[in-house]
Amino acid sequence: MKTAGSSPTTRKFIWIWTSAVILFLYIPMFAVILASFSTQRYFRFPIQSFTTKWYTKTLDSLSVRDLLWTSISVAALVTFFSVLLAFFGALAFARYDWKGRKLYQRLVLLPIFFPQAVLGLSLLLWFSALGITTSWQTAVFAHMIWIVPIVILIMSIQAYSFDPALEEAAFDLGATRWQVLREVTLPILAPGVVSGSIFAFLLSWGNFPLSLFSTGADQTVPEWLYAKMVSGYTPMVPTLGSLTMSSAALMLLLAYLVWLATGGRKRRAQAFTSSED
Amino acid sequence: MSKLADWLKTPGVLAAAPASVFLLVGFAGPLLMVLGYSFMPPRTFALNNVPTLENYYSVFSDSYYISFLWSLFLAALTVILLFPICYPIAYGMAKLFGKWANLVTALIAVPLLISENIRLFGWVLVLLKNGILDGTLQSVLGISASGFLYTVPSILLGLVYVYLPFMLFPMVIGISMIPDPLKEAAFDLGASRWQVFREIELPLAMPGILIGAILTFILAMGSLAESKILGGQAVVMIADDIESAFTFAQNWPKGSVLSVLLIALSGLIVFVLFRRIDLDQIIGRR
Repeated sequence: MKTAGSSPTTRKFIWIWTSAVILFLYIPMFAVILASFSTQRYFRFPIQSFTTKWYTKTLDSLSVRDLLWTSISVAALVTFFSVLLAFFGALAFARYDWKGRKLYQRLVLLPIFFPQAVLGLSLLLWFSALGITTSWQTAVFAHMIWIVPIVILIMSIQAYSFDPALEEAAFDLGATRWQVLREVTLPILAPGVVSGSIFAFLLSWGNFPLSLFSTGADQTVPEWLYAKMVSGYTPMVPTLGSLTMSSAALMLLLAYLVWLATGGRKRRAQAFTSSED
Repeated sequence: MSKLADWLKTPGVLAAAPASVFLLVGFAGPLLMVLGYSFMPPRTFALNNVPTLENYYSVFSDSYYISFLWSLFLAALTVILLFPICYPIAYGMAKLFGKWANLVTALIAVPLLISENIRLFGWVLVLLKNGILDGTLQSVLGISASGFLYTVPSILLGLVYVYLPFMLFPMVIGISMIPDPLKEAAFDLGASRWQVFREIELPLAMPGILIGAILTFILAMGSLAESKILGGQAVVMIADDIESAFTFAQNWPKGSVLSVLLIALSGLIVFVLFRRIDLDQIIGRR
């Protein structure tokens, strides 16, 4: 009998295809890392000799430090405010049943389904009409238009598994609204808050189209990289590119380890309570 | 009146308020203003002039339709190419990989968190004259492959590469909504592999596939970095025109008209397809 129509050949094909596509996704990253170690001023392959001098040069550069500082400030503020707004936004999206929810769900998703370059330019118009000079602070606002909906979506996945009876039970036992939020709702949504924060930070850290039109005289790392790619190429482009990639990878790894540590503890606790039953 | 006051006090409305107000100010506001500017006389920088349709006339009589057609064509081709690329992976992630599905998801999602710029620049290094592809072919086979960069196919490569996860992930959710017993029953009744795909898998997975296709199409329609970094001067896409109208040409009304047309076209597509989709079912799997 055929089971769900996946023969061994089909399975093998799907595995090979998936591995090939994943490899394809990482080709450019490897290319950038490779180029960052080349001695030559202009990239040539095969590489004749390797060096780490571009790394010392990049890390010593004061303008690069400014860029990193701008990018980190933007991403940190975006993360904080996006998670704050999205926490309640996700509850409205998935937890509560209210009149107008279907409309709200669609409206919240619109900015994700929207070309970012056009959004960035509209915001540029908006800021100048309101008489606001663009700087890294306006970039925080611009990033949030795109990132808040994404974080709402991520946290909603957690909020859908929410059992309303838990909150009701707490209310029945005399808890105030604030206590329920802190003692019941927040712990349940905590995993969503963590993954939402990681996404918010990294999406802001790597964003280019919105930053391009909203940072004014300030510059984030992706903007600087783009400017140098188009004119005035320097081997610091692949070097700074590799550095930002590895910092993102490091952050993800760290988050994964934390998740493993806390998840492991939770699983053990569950095993303990179920053995008690 | 008290009904409205009661509605405003429900927990859902209270929770929705901060994000809604924020998006009204930061998303709806700017878009309405762009719409307003599209009716202002050319090269003006204020909204208090007498409305005119001049910009619409000049855009329609100019050759902007060429960049619109390029964007439409490249976006449609991106979706068409991504469907067969993503389907086997999505099927594997939903039905075959089991505990490995999480690892595959992570490996495909991680590049999303790396700046699009850096990844496209990586492709420049691969396709460049004396780059990785050319250099390898020269030293191994002795043939040159230097003509790939700054062409339409290289833009297409960039689009397919960047938007692959946007097509894939909704498709996975779509395919995981296919109940296995249904397919088994069809096989038992003598259906062929192709018939099961066409009559059962495709229709049931359609909501997810559609969301992925719309997302990819719209983002590719308005893409800027791919044509700039990988395309050189090969073709001008519509986002390039919008950018230069707003920046170099300092003609806000014209840039606004082009934006309005792009938004209207994308919005029409989203609106038509979104009406047929239940978000609770897809995200919450209820």
